[in-house]
Amino acid sequence: MGKIRTPYLLLLPGFGFLFTFFILPIINLAQTSTQTPVGGGDTGQYEQTLRFSNYVDAFVENKEQFGRSFVYALIATLLALAIAYPLAYAIAFKGGKLKNFMLVLVIAPFFTSFLLRTVAWKQILGEEGFVVPTLRNLGIISDSTTLTSSAFAVVMGMTYNFLPFMTLPLYASIDRIDPRTLEASGDLYANGFTTFRRVTLPLSMPGVVAGTLLTFIPAAGDYVNAAILGSPNTKMIGNVIESRYFKIVDYPTAAALSFTLMAVILILVTVYVRKAGTEELV
Amino acid sequence: MSKKVSKKDLSPEARAIINSQVTRRGLIAGTGAVGAAGLLAACGSGGSDSAGGGEANTIRWGNWPLYLDYDEKTKKYPTLEAFSAESGIKTKYFEDYNDNDEFYGKVQAQLKLNEDIGYDLVTPTDWMAARWLRLGYAQKYDTANIPNKVNILDSLASPSFDPKRESTLTWQGIMAGFGWNTKTNPKGIRTLDELFAPQNKGKIVVLSEMRDTIGIILLSQGVDLQKVTENQFMNAVDFMAGKISDGWIRGVKGNEYAEDLTSGDATAVIGWSGDMFILSSENEGKFDFAIPESGGTISGDNFIIPTPVGAEAKANAEKLINYYYEPAVAAEVAAYVNYVCPVKGAQAEMEKIDPALAKSSYIFPDDAMSKKLNVFRSLTPAEESAWAEAFQQAQGN
Repeated sequence: MGKIRTPYLLLLPGFGFLFTFFILPIINLAQTSTQTPVGGGDTGQYEQTLRFSNYVDAFVENKEQFGRSFVYALIATLLALAIAYPLAYAIAFKGGKLKNFMLVLVIAPFFTSFLLRTVAWKQILGEEGFVVPTLRNLGIISDSTTLTSSAFAVVMGMTYNFLPFMTLPLYASIDRIDPRTLEASGDLYANGFTTFRRVTLPLSMPGVVAGTLLTFIPAAGDYVNAAILGSPNTKMIGNVIESRYFKIVDYPTAAALSFTLMAVILILVTVYVRKAGTEELV
Repeated sequence: MSKKVSKKDLSPEARAIINSQVTRRGLIAGTGAVGAAGLLAACGSGGSDSAGGGEANTIRWGNWPLYLDYDEKTKKYPTLEAFSAESGIKTKYFEDYNDNDEFYGKVQAQLKLNEDIGYDLVTPTDWMAARWLRLGYAQKYDTANIPNKVNILDSLASPSFDPKRESTLTWQGIMAGFGWNTKTNPKGIRTLDELFAPQNKGKIVVLSEMRDTIGIILLSQGVDLQKVTENQFMNAVDFMAGKISDGWIRGVKGNEYAEDLTSGDATAVIGWSGDMFILSSENEGKFDFAIPESGGTISGDNFIIPTPVGAEAKANAEKLINYYYEPAVAAEVAAYVNYVCPVKGAQAEMEKIDPALAKSSYIFPDDAMSKKLNVFRSLTPAEESAWAEAFQQAQGN
């Protein structure tokens, strides 16, 4: 008996935590999402009327921000992948004695608050930072162009903030590649590019899938970058949810939007994982 | 303070304030934290749920950032220290009331259940204070503890949401008007047309406080804020939305607009008087502020003792309110925060601290100034939701 019970006992803390802090709030959120204002009630007073069309209204009103969230998240994920892959590759294969030190550098930004790092980007891309004057002197941007309060700044902020989430899983899977497989590929007359395409990349796919998911999912729901680095024309769905909840005190719409966001992400991730064909690796 | 830049171009009030000898805190660090903390507010629920809450003989006061006299050297709040020394009541001061809506979102669930919200004293703005009162979230003062209550300015003594000031007293008054960078706007800004002048295109930030931004637009359209209708309001929101989509307005923000002004990303704003004067003094007169010709808005932040606060803490909070209604103390605070001082007799006390500040109509509004200031009428709950929604959607939310 004791042997059978042990695994369940070990699962208990995890399940208890998930139940209290995930399942219960989700149920609460689901209940809230179909409520409507109490007739003649005060701000923030809602009653259950099972109005499922809250979902349709919420989606239709905010299609634009939904679309923007996924486009920004996708661009940020691809950029992060393009930056992180060579980085992880270099650390894993060429890092040598400095490997651990380089990994610490990747994680180092986490020692500072996420918000402060984002605010710092505002200074870097601001009028009195060094980027804008440099680009102006080089004639790349006009005198009236600013970099903050733009889609560019939002995507850059997201790429930067989520870069470590891309780098670490990539490093973990590239580091596991046996260098002898690369030698074998060379012995079989594959050139560097073919070796990468046929050996390194497929072996590192678990890292690519994990890294892209860890970047894309939080990026799609992110609102900090858009709030600090964006403008009214770059608002993402996270900003709408924040505004609905805190500013308009419209809890049902905020809840419906959150659920829709979760559902869309879940569908996208399922399709992606299927396509990537790495079920056994995730 | 070392000021080498010419201050000739500034208004006399701004000059007076800049010349004052009071030490002020580094604003950039302050506002950075404001934005950050504002966002963080969304993440935590704050407070414990034990009824009665805090430690014995200690009051927990949640206030807006940069809103109390602060001594850079000792890292202490002089007036608050003096209060503790005088009364023996300990204080915990939190600068985490960053936004009316956010703070309300953070504590409303506990208030509904009458559980401790982590504060014995908070300072919501008029319209939010009105909501707290409507919902029964504010306790009535025991006036015996607040004899200085009579010191409130006549103009603030009977607001529509609390005609006898039974549960609220003004902490500071806030004027909203135009703020600008004196280099890019050497002639200053007095009208909406001057705000939307070519040199400011794409570099204008307006306040996320709906009643201030839309209020100023409405006033420029000749609308009386006490009688504003839904059509007039929506019309003004459309005006703002148009300026956003045409690329004139780069952001709709709270205190963070100060950061955009200092970084050069914004050159003109609809902003708050006290902020702008502090900003100006921190940046050698690079910024100035004025009330629009067509009128500006005025509102107040109010001391409120939340319902869950126990009897002892409530009495202590009342003593603190009473202390800040002493003219000399009020003057000391006003000399630092530069907002409208709500206490009678403080102007005379200010003469002793800084005669120039005592003459500022931005701190002690004279008749001419008072005539230019307007109060936004109170909204019904239905209006509050619908108007807030329109205002948020105009900002892309």
